[in-house]
Amino acid sequence: MSPVLSQLAYLLAAVCFIVALKGLSQPRTARRGNLIGAAGAVIAVLTVMLTPGLNHRGLILIAIAVGLLAGVIGAYRVQMTQMPQLVALFNGVGGGAAALVALIELSKIDPAEPGTVVPLVATAFTIVVGSVSLAGSMVTFMKLQELMTTRPVTFVGYPVAYVGVLVIAVAVAATVVVIPSMALGAVLAVLGLALGVLLVLPVGGADVPIVISLLNAFTGLSVAAGGYVLENTLLVVAGTLVGASGTLLTKLMAAAMGRSLLSTLFGALRGGSTLGGTAISTRPVKSASPEDVAILLGYADRVIIVPGYGLAVAQAQHTLRQLVDVLLERGTKVDYAIHPVAGRMPGHMNVLLAEAQVPYGQLKEMTEIDPEFKQTDVVLVVGANDVVNPAAETIPGAPIYGMPILHANHARQVVFMKRSMRPGFAGIENELLYEPGTTLLFGDAKDTMAKLLAAVKAL
Amino acid sequence: MNESIVWLTIFVLSVFVGVEVISKVSTILHTPLMSGSNAIHGVILVGAILVTGTADSTGVLILGLIAVVLAAINMAGGFVVTDRMLHMFSGRRTPIESGRKNDA
Repeated sequence: MSPVLSQLAYLLAAVCFIVALKGLSQPRTARRGNLIGAAGAVIAVLTVMLTPGLNHRGLILIAIAVGLLAGVIGAYRVQMTQMPQLVALFNGVGGGAAALVALIELSKIDPAEPGTVVPLVATAFTIVVGSVSLAGSMVTFMKLQELMTTRPVTFVGYPVAYVGVLVIAVAVAATVVVIPSMALGAVLAVLGLALGVLLVLPVGGADVPIVISLLNAFTGLSVAAGGYVLENTLLVVAGTLVGASGTLLTKLMAAAMGRSLLSTLFGALRGGSTLGGTAISTRPVKSASPEDVAILLGYADRVIIVPGYGLAVAQAQHTLRQLVDVLLERGTKVDYAIHPVAGRMPGHMNVLLAEAQVPYGQLKEMTEIDPEFKQTDVVLVVGANDVVNPAAETIPGAPIYGMPILHANHARQVVFMKRSMRPGFAGIENELLYEPGTTLLFGDAKDTMAKLLAAVKAL
Repeated sequence: MNESIVWLTIFVLSVFVGVEVISKVSTILHTPLMSGSNAIHGVILVGAILVTGTADSTGVLILGLIAVVLAAINMAGGFVVTDRMLHMFSGRRTPIESGRKNDA
């Protein structure tokens, strides 16, 4: 392919990516947008494979096939509940790829030539940020997969360690710019990995999605910088697009959770108060049988369901939909109240309920439905906890303080379906459980939901 | 025009486009959007192919091939998982349609 032609093809791919992002931000066009993005990616890869003078084409094709297969299998096999960690994983390997590309490029730049300072700075930047993204994503993956504690991890001297590694990284980066070598680049990559781990360790489980989005933006920026080094416009445009939109998305997500980005990242450092507890409370609660709850639900005029991650983990969303269908037939007005961060990521719950074929119209966003709790007879909270926890408004030290909540406590009756008295993902106790209007229905969500469904049908 | 200025121009304009195109995204699409943009930065695959295709030593070739595999995972997996997510949103948008399914 001639250089002009390939530049035009890259431009076309870049336009595809812009159209893809635009499409992805509207429900109606989202799927088409994603496909356009994929088309752009195919154009880009075909174009680069036709670059004159490219060697090792066979090996490259094999490597692409291996990656393609691994990615597609992973994407098809993953349970929708585990999707956030898969996105983290994909993001991490992308960051790793960017860091490797920059590392290789380092061996090709001759510092004696004029005008290499800026490209070398960009190379060092790509290595560090790509590595941060890789290591940070791996830690978020482990947190979400619960391979390690989901609670914030800090240690004595954390700020010193963080700043120390940062200063050393900047110093090594500066050295790399003066004396580029792959060995020094590798040291820089290791420092970047350490920074990535340190960045994510103090983030609590509930805030991890915001960090995935942030790391996504980081990877975008490192791709853009890598593109500058390689003098490839497509990489610069695509990387910058993701960097910019990812940063905005991170801000939007943090706002949906009522958090600032800084408090998300470093909140745990301000003291033990944000750490929460995991102790199982022994305070008395009112519990009931599925039959009792069936009567509550069956004779209510207005019911709101607050679904949470626990619902999806128990795979109870299909039974829940059947229950809602029965209640609707009985003439009860039923809606789902979707908290912006229900599930593990903003919008995650919508995906999970859509999987269970819950009609779109029954899913109500928080701002829309929150005022209706006052006129609601029964709120059924299934596998959720933090999103209805009044501590977000009443206890300033709580990790979720400031997060907007669903005011289930304003309803006449609240029924919690819970497996145990274990606190939610944020690790704090929920006062709502002990209110007089609250009833607990213990048991595995799927099992209990089936019993509840049978009991309501029998009414 | 100085070449660095051209790059800077591309960068700055891309920032504005990136912010502008997603500024009106609704909360329910945050997850698919993150996943989709995640797939887009898999385009580093282009860079990985370029450096691998010009590798002059075995060591660089191996590193390059690793980068190609990683980038391909990012790109292919990202687009497919986003499509899976969005597939669930579409198709049953109207309650009537879903109601019929339940009756059957």
